[in-house]
Amino acid sequence: MRGSGHAYIAGIYEHPTRKADDKSLALLHAEVAKGALEDAGLSKNDVDGYFCAGDVAGWDARGAGPFSIIDYLGLKLRYLDSTESWGSSYLVHVAHAAEAIAAGKCRVALITLAGRPRAEGFSTGTSVANDGLTAGEAQFELPYGPTVVNLYAMCAMRHMHEFGTTSEQLAWIKVAASHHAQHNPHAMLRDVVTVEDVVNSPVIADPLHRLDCCVISDGGGALIVTGPEIAKSLKHPPVRVIGTGYAPKHQMGGKVDLTYSGARWSGPRAFDEAGITPRDIKYVSIYDSFTITVLITLEDLGFCEKGKGGTFVADGNLISGVGRLPFNTDGGGLCNNHPSNRGGMTKIIEAVRQLRGIAHPAVQVANCDLALAHGTGGALGTRHGSATLILERA
Amino acid sequence: MAKERKILAPTPFPETARYWEAAAQGKLLVKFCTACGEYHFYPRGLCPFCFSDKTEWREAAGTGKIYSFSVTRRSEVPYAIAYVTLAEGPTLLTNIVDCDLDRIRIGQAVRLVVKPSENGQAVPMFTLA
Repeated sequence: MRGSGHAYIAGIYEHPTRKADDKSLALLHAEVAKGALEDAGLSKNDVDGYFCAGDVAGWDARGAGPFSIIDYLGLKLRYLDSTESWGSSYLVHVAHAAEAIAAGKCRVALITLAGRPRAEGFSTGTSVANDGLTAGEAQFELPYGPTVVNLYAMCAMRHMHEFGTTSEQLAWIKVAASHHAQHNPHAMLRDVVTVEDVVNSPVIADPLHRLDCCVISDGGGALIVTGPEIAKSLKHPPVRVIGTGYAPKHQMGGKVDLTYSGARWSGPRAFDEAGITPRDIKYVSIYDSFTITVLITLEDLGFCEKGKGGTFVADGNLISGVGRLPFNTDGGGLCNNHPSNRGGMTKIIEAVRQLRGIAHPAVQVANCDLALAHGTGGALGTRHGSATLILERA
Repeated sequence: MAKERKILAPTPFPETARYWEAAAQGKLLVKFCTACGEYHFYPRGLCPFCFSDKTEWREAAGTGKIYSFSVTRRSEVPYAIAYVTLAEGPTLLTNIVDCDLDRIRIGQAVRLVVKPSENGQAVPMFTLA
């Protein structure tokens, strides 16, 4: 058993807010930390490792952000990790926490995410990125108006060109998410939608429609990761981290290929470590910034052949109780929430709920003993970090 | 006349100044590594394939094909972002301009044009050939 196998996700918490006009970013971090500790039955003073992303205190805080938050939370630590991988950061943090615990560097790891882009009125998908002006690529990209949506849209356009994928097939991903969201009282969008609803919604950037895009929401979430002794003494069924994989992908010096993501590399690494195959997985949480993100990720992780994702997701195959591979049973980013424009945390939380058997009864997968959570942080069309976790009900 | 999209001005590095000087003359420069024989884009001081410092500027033919594109409709002025694969090999992020946005297709041949950005600096773009 390698490093990952020694760690368990012992506590989870998803903030119920979707618009946090009355709370600061720091308070949201504190509330999710408290929630996850209560879920685990541990106290703040048990925490000796803290994991967060680079935006933890807002981008204005830059590199000092983690220190602002550990100060606010009043943490006494012997381990700190602020690895930044955009929306997939939190899956990376679970992997790093597992490694730190296996190495004896900490015993109780706290991971938090919080954000309030909605309260701040941020046009996440359609505004041109104006930070990072001094990065190497900025001068060669910003003049052309790259937005989150059009960078993902180019991947969808190429996938359609090479493999004949259709807008209707992509729409099925949103349809499945909406079927799940109807059962989640906290979800932003609870109405069940049809393929026609999706393809008839306004085009934001060809070929992606409004309903191909995730929501913008405030909120956050937190996780507690511990070693086996602590996890097994707690009240919940322990959920073991049995495989982790990570891979960044970029433009490769001009050898651009938009038909796949870093999941092509992170997935096999996680499956190798876990010693299982995609066929063994009962439930998947797949980062769904856009419908195309899910389709390309499922192919890259090996749930279907490259290019066959359109057929795979069609006809309700991702709907719990209907299809072969239930996904994002909380409604995902497409319908539930996307706190801080970072969907990795909630992907892990819903996978843990499924393994504990506490997802909503209408979407709970029977005998769910193996689940996969995957994050795609950044932009599929330029640079992103892909992180895969495989979790087991122990 | 149709409203024009505001083009953000690039912020050159010391080692990319020549690229932008050439753009001002209507030319597109790409980097070629004489150690490994590969072109790369965007231009770097060290080759991203072999890490050699033996990279040199070469003038691109200014022709290529559309690898992928997307027309941003949700914008004050709709515009087409694209990846174009140059005749020399590398694929670069750009805009397709001076054409009917609804006629753009993957695989179409394109040729270089330059457009002024907010501060007047010319920026390489492409139009249907």
